[in-house]
Amino acid sequence: MTELRGVGIGLGVAQGPVARMAEPLPAPADNPSELSAADETARVRDAVAAVARELEQRGAQAGGAAQDVLEAQAMMAEDPSLESEIDARIGAGKTAEFAVHDAFASFRDTLTAMGGYLGERAADLDDVAQRVIARLRGVAAPGVPDPGHPFVLVAKDLAPADTALLDLDKVLALITTEGGPTSHTAILAREKSIVAVVGAVSAKDLVDGEMVIVDAAAGVVTTQPTTEELARAQNRAAARASAASAPITPGALADGTPVPLLANLGKPEGAAEAVALGAEGVGLFRTEFLFLSANQAPTVEQQRESYTQLLAAFPGKKVVVRVLDAGADKPLAFLNDAHEENPALGLRGIRALRASEDILREQLTALAEADAATDADLWVMAPMVATVEETEYFVEIARDYGIKTAGVMVEVPSSALLADRVLVDADFASIGTNDLTQYTLAADRLLGSVAAFQDPWHPAVLRLIREVGDAGRIHGKPVGICGEAAADPLLAVVLVGLGATSLSMAPTALADVRASLLEYSLDDARVIAEAALAANGAATARDAARAAASTIQEETTQEKVTLP
Amino acid sequence: MPPTTRTVRIGSAHGLHARPAKLFAQAAKDSGIPVTISKDAGAPVNAASILGVIALGIEQGDYVTLTADGEGAENTLDLLSELLSTDHDAEA
Repeated sequence: MTELRGVGIGLGVAQGPVARMAEPLPAPADNPSELSAADETARVRDAVAAVARELEQRGAQAGGAAQDVLEAQAMMAEDPSLESEIDARIGAGKTAEFAVHDAFASFRDTLTAMGGYLGERAADLDDVAQRVIARLRGVAAPGVPDPGHPFVLVAKDLAPADTALLDLDKVLALITTEGGPTSHTAILAREKSIVAVVGAVSAKDLVDGEMVIVDAAAGVVTTQPTTEELARAQNRAAARASAASAPITPGALADGTPVPLLANLGKPEGAAEAVALGAEGVGLFRTEFLFLSANQAPTVEQQRESYTQLLAAFPGKKVVVRVLDAGADKPLAFLNDAHEENPALGLRGIRALRASEDILREQLTALAEADAATDADLWVMAPMVATVEETEYFVEIARDYGIKTAGVMVEVPSSALLADRVLVDADFASIGTNDLTQYTLAADRLLGSVAAFQDPWHPAVLRLIREVGDAGRIHGKPVGICGEAAADPLLAVVLVGLGATSLSMAPTALADVRASLLEYSLDDARVIAEAALAANGAATARDAARAAASTIQEETTQEKVTLP
Repeated sequence: MPPTTRTVRIGSAHGLHARPAKLFAQAAKDSGIPVTISKDAGAPVNAASILGVIALGIEQGDYVTLTADGEGAENTLDLLSELLSTDHDAEA
């Protein structure tokens, strides 16, 4: 067997025969045109219009996010800047095919040079160029294969037009040789829960019909798998399927240590789905939705209505509400209108609320009123707390309004390092791993070019989390996790090993995390966490944790065999 | 009448890419008059060109300058400024 490495999307594993996406058309040769410039221009106009209409039509069929992307592609085909570039080349005696190829390529190079998110949009443009050239030549556009049986699709990168046409019932898994975690392939895989490994460069050598195992959790494609490997992958896929349909039990470790599993919600309407998927409460309710669509702050009455609707869905259960977290990626004109060079380091979170304290006071009023009208156990926390002084400020003002449980989010390294003092005043801490990672590694989480740094497995992040976990244990106060890290089944175990007492995540991740926690005791979790902490980087921490976890699982299996 | 100009701060969380860029270029095209967009001190590009707009690499919080020339230039710029300052990505 050989292993090809890429970036896994999701946690699944799948196996099947490869079917390759048709190779792109060869580049047109730069031969002088035998037609008049007017004739060549007319050919281009016809082809471009036909492709644009076809893309729009596919968009209408696909609907949703795909429609937007396909319509954007249709606009690229008929783009006026591109048109003048093409016309200039035809005017210089080039064929329509070459003019289209060359003009698109110049725009493509601009996008690629910009890298990151824009670089990945270059694939959209290539796809349009291929379609126009195919139309000019009168051949079929390159597209999705149909071998007549379920297959593992291998492509350079999927263009939106391809993904819209993909018969998902036939696709066992996706492998791309290019494209990163924000490519269309990755987005599609996440949306539709398809097992995928993207950016696996060596997958270009895979041939049609070849059997492969695609392991998204490990980010690995295994070629020429042994029967044993195939069986193991099959078991894992089956275990994952059964975890998804397993009875919903309260979150707990193998030794019975309870680890409540909570939901991250952004709107009260999400409550029903979260309850159905087994959420034992809400670990992070974001209140921004009330504010983002408004030019001014919502009234106390409007807020009370929304909070009451949320709390009523969780009688007797914990609901942690985060007060408004504005700024950085969520700017609100009425809160902070100043232009900031580094908004992530600017007037955001609790800092912005302090500067506009009436907004905080109104929010606390509405929350206290909603709490009085319902039976949920309301906890309220402040975002982006950086100092002990901010903690004291927030807890005091929350108490003034009758909030019984007031805590802080730990997203800034300073408050993780001083968690032992922060937790003197705060009733609880909740770690936001996305921002904590951003600030620990000094990498803007919205910037594609530094996306590789945004990995919560980094031991520096884990060590900060341990500081908070230790402080929670000393003070006997809860420490929750409410970042995306909690949704990674193995990292969830590590977080518990570091001292997290509850985990909050997107409701769709609950089943995988519930199943994973049940495999390890608290001692196991600590051993796995130590292994990760001892690593030098994010990737090696993940590998070390995985190795420690499989050693524990092998020992557990042996005990079951030797003990009657 | 001299061309009308306006400076706007970008509201969309992912800047002026993909969907917001499409909405903007489409609206500029539909206005029927020449509209340009420029970032900082850069050269103005045709606002109806989605590729030109995307290639500016405009991010959230950037300031851009719009210029329109012709009938209804004020109204066109009102509409386009509104589009640019809205966070379209927050709707998803």
